[in-house]
Amino acid sequence: MEYEVVIGLEIHAELKTATKMFCGCKNEFGAKPNTLVCPVCLGMPGALPVMNMAAVEYAVRAGLAMNCKISSFSKMDRKNYFYPDLPKAYQISQYDLPLCTDGHVEIDVNGKYKRIGIERIHLEEDAGKLIHDAIDHGSLVDYNRCGVPLIEIVSRPDISSPEDARIFLETVKTILEYTGVSDCKMQEGSLRADVNLSVRRPGEPMGTRTEMKNINSLHAVQRAAQAEAKRQAAVIRSGGRVIQETRRWDDARKESFPLRSKEEAMDYRFMPEPDLVPLVIGQEWLEEIRRSIPELALSRVKRYIDDLGIPRYDAHLITQSRFLADMFETAAAACGNPKLVSNWIMTDILRRINEDKDFLAASGLDGQNLGRVMLLLDKGEITPNSAKEILDILAREGGDPDAITEKKGMRVQRDQNLIARAVEEVIAQNPKAAADYRAGKEKSFSFLMGKAMAALKGRADPVQVRELLLRRLKE
Amino acid sequence: MSIQDLTIKEASELLRRRKVSSRELTESALDRIRRENGRINAFITVCDDLALSQADAADKRLAGGDGASPLCGVPMGIKDSICTRGVRTTCASRMLEQFVPPYNATAVESLLASGSVLLGKLNMDEFGMGSSSEFSIFGSVKNPWDTGRVAGGSSGGPAAAVASGLCCFALGSDTGGSIRQPASFCGVVGLKPTHGLISRYGLVAYAPSLDQIGPITSDVTDCALVLDAIAGHDPRDPTSANREGEDYSQGLNRDKLPIRVGLPREYFGPELNKDVKNAVFKAVSMLEEAGSSTGEVSFPSTEHAISAFYLISSAEASTSLGRYDGIRFGYRKTGAKDLEELYQLSRSEGFGREVKRRILFGTHALSAVYRDKLYNKALRIRRMIARDFSEAFESFDVIVAPAYPETAFRMGEKTGNPLKMYLGDIYNVGANLAGLPALVVPCGLDRRGLPIGIQLIGKPFSEKLLLRAGYAIEKRVGRLRPPRAGEESSEGG
Ligand SMILES: [Zn+2]
Repeated sequence: MEYEVVIGLEIHAELKTATKMFCGCKNEFGAKPNTLVCPVCLGMPGALPVMNMAAVEYAVRAGLAMNCKISSFSKMDRKNYFYPDLPKAYQISQYDLPLCTDGHVEIDVNGKYKRIGIERIHLEEDAGKLIHDAIDHGSLVDYNRCGVPLIEIVSRPDISSPEDARIFLETVKTILEYTGVSDCKMQEGSLRADVNLSVRRPGEPMGTRTEMKNINSLHAVQRAAQAEAKRQAAVIRSGGRVIQETRRWDDARKESFPLRSKEEAMDYRFMPEPDLVPLVIGQEWLEEIRRSIPELALSRVKRYIDDLGIPRYDAHLITQSRFLADMFETAAAACGNPKLVSNWIMTDILRRINEDKDFLAASGLDGQNLGRVMLLLDKGEITPNSAKEILDILAREGGDPDAITEKKGMRVQRDQNLIARAVEEVIAQNPKAAADYRAGKEKSFSFLMGKAMAALKGRADPVQVRELLLRRLKE
Repeated sequence: MSIQDLTIKEASELLRRRKVSSRELTESALDRIRRENGRINAFITVCDDLALSQADAADKRLAGGDGASPLCGVPMGIKDSICTRGVRTTCASRMLEQFVPPYNATAVESLLASGSVLLGKLNMDEFGMGSSSEFSIFGSVKNPWDTGRVAGGSSGGPAAAVASGLCCFALGSDTGGSIRQPASFCGVVGLKPTHGLISRYGLVAYAPSLDQIGPITSDVTDCALVLDAIAGHDPRDPTSANREGEDYSQGLNRDKLPIRVGLPREYFGPELNKDVKNAVFKAVSMLEEAGSSTGEVSFPSTEHAISAFYLISSAEASTSLGRYDGIRFGYRKTGAKDLEELYQLSRSEGFGREVKRRILFGTHALSAVYRDKLYNKALRIRRMIARDFSEAFESFDVIVAPAYPETAFRMGEKTGNPLKMYLGDIYNVGANLAGLPALVVPCGLDRRGLPIGIQLIGKPFSEKLLLRAGYAIEKRVGRLRPPRAGEESSEGG
């Protein structure tokens, strides 16, 4: 491509605090319209906001996880505009003193690590939701979402391809999930992204950028960026100029439409929020929050590849969820063979998760018992089929892998006499097959082998059975 | 028995000794409102039934003799910018003409918990914007001393109601003198407490960083009694101060008051009416009599105070009043063709002239183009003013000021000239910009027989000292009472 793409993302994530940002109303998705409201979040005359410190803590946690500086002193501001979903006619947000600044997030583009700068992360409240076409000649408003805490993550224009934009958003999403800050359900709108994009010829200064608002899937971000880069390049190629404007991405039609130009951009008339006191983050609290941050996905990916020899693709899949990654690590430690565990997760466990996305949360399977099943398998105490069967039982009702193995008689048979007796019986009962083999018909051997394994209920070491069978047939 | 001349303290003593019941006091007050309110126009809403049921409840508590609050059974009025559950709270605006809050302001909650009886809601300038209580959709408040004159504003209703004995005490709110100036015009006591001493929860916002609820009473003792009931931390207002409570009504009367009193040079310039100046100086000599020393101080920032005040208060108002857009609250113009028109028509028709003037001014001051030149500059002046005060408080305990350059002016005299109206706030806005407590106490009459108030400004949370100083003046001046229309009637005394 003759043009370079320059992309910055603004990501809005709803924080999963128990209550809203400034009142005691529940922070929940999907309740009946206007049932999670009170005078404060409805902005009634005389009602005052009270800061939910959990929201501040979550925002700081996100900031620390993205390597930001945390402002020891920041404040809230009013962002003024009229819209029916905003009952106060201003959104409480942060203007010139955001909570977190100057961070970065590392992304892994097929084994190449890139660093994307984070300009700022600030705290703000969400607005309500307009429901169009529910009644004739008008719209209805649901204020349940009004006052739900949000963070806005503003990246620097460090992203150089639509694919990188998707990977960056995916990485941020994983960070927010690992830190427990947001559940990032894009289809419910709890994570949304604005794409700022411009193109330029290599070596030239930055081009005029456009902004596409509220894109709510990972792939839609990539598609929107691709389409917009193509559009801008075409405009320039045909001798035109890109206009600075806000555009709406229509993912169904795979194209974007102008929303408003720079001249029409709103003047939000920011003003310090006089109803709230400044936010002061003490060093002690900051350290406490820092300690609550787990090892993040990319750091684990690197460790799995370098220390445990796990393939990159597998490492990414396993670390997609913190729960699964934790499970893997516990199991790998219990078993001592990380590769075996990762292979089983990649095949067996991920299949179960694909069939039922809540599988892990509901099942009796955990890192400990998975690890012990893998250990039994690794030591040859059980066969792969038995391992599968035990995982089924654990998933259904939980339990102790060793006890299940014993109860079900799954332990691999190593008693020479027992195996010898079974082999003799098989030869005795199938004289024709034995004779055929001895006459040089190789195929008969696998028939006899199958019979012998069946007689041992599949729980003997096949190598051992094979050896004994061969010896007897040659006698 | 009439309550027209009873202070809270006197009423409370009669109630405790069972000489009078709260029901009798309340009935008498309601009766007086019925006869007098037409003349004064202090009440917007009177809640007879609610008041009588609260009075009966208070009588039960008083009969129980459980050491009830001195406010128990005492009838009060509340400015119509302060929310009262189930009683409409209009801010004297068409916008909120039908607004019935589902909650009480915290200050109202405290007074009701003390057993005070809510007679009704008091008239004011629309949303608190004005200095004469003429900008009300319910008509102007008349000064009980001369009904051809204004009661002051924006808490004109509370001041006139207390002065004319329609209620025992009232709550007002003060953004740039809105309690103190009407108190001065009506010859009653008014306190604007330190920003944060009293919860603002339930006070309909005009300019939150300046707004403060405060008492308007017949005398200083009553002011302290009301303050005892409403001061204190409120978890629902993050800007309310979390500090140990004080007993404001104890020890007001001091034989000796050895405080240092500062007189700002800039407050006694040529714009100040001579009678007012003389009365204030006389009150200062009374403080000297009580043992205080006097000195001069200079506030060089004074000349910028009015512009800074109007920029900041209007900027805050422009955002605080954005919510009245015809969607969730207030007046909605029907028949608009689209959303934009719905906003425009509802706001154009729902707000009065003065409110619209300030919203436009404030919108301008915050706009991207002018914010630095206007709003941010005003914030810098605000810090200068605060510094002027804190430097003065290194040498003085109390700063003395007039409450207004003149006594009550005539109806309509200034409504056509907003700038002239704004300039009158010169001595008042400093306390709001710096968040300081300021008390106004009557200190004499002018040559027309109109009351004059002296203003005492103190350090943050020095209300007790201000009340002691105010008490010392009041003891020497005596209580001022307006000539009453009903004086000669059988009901008097
Ligand atoms: Zn709420």
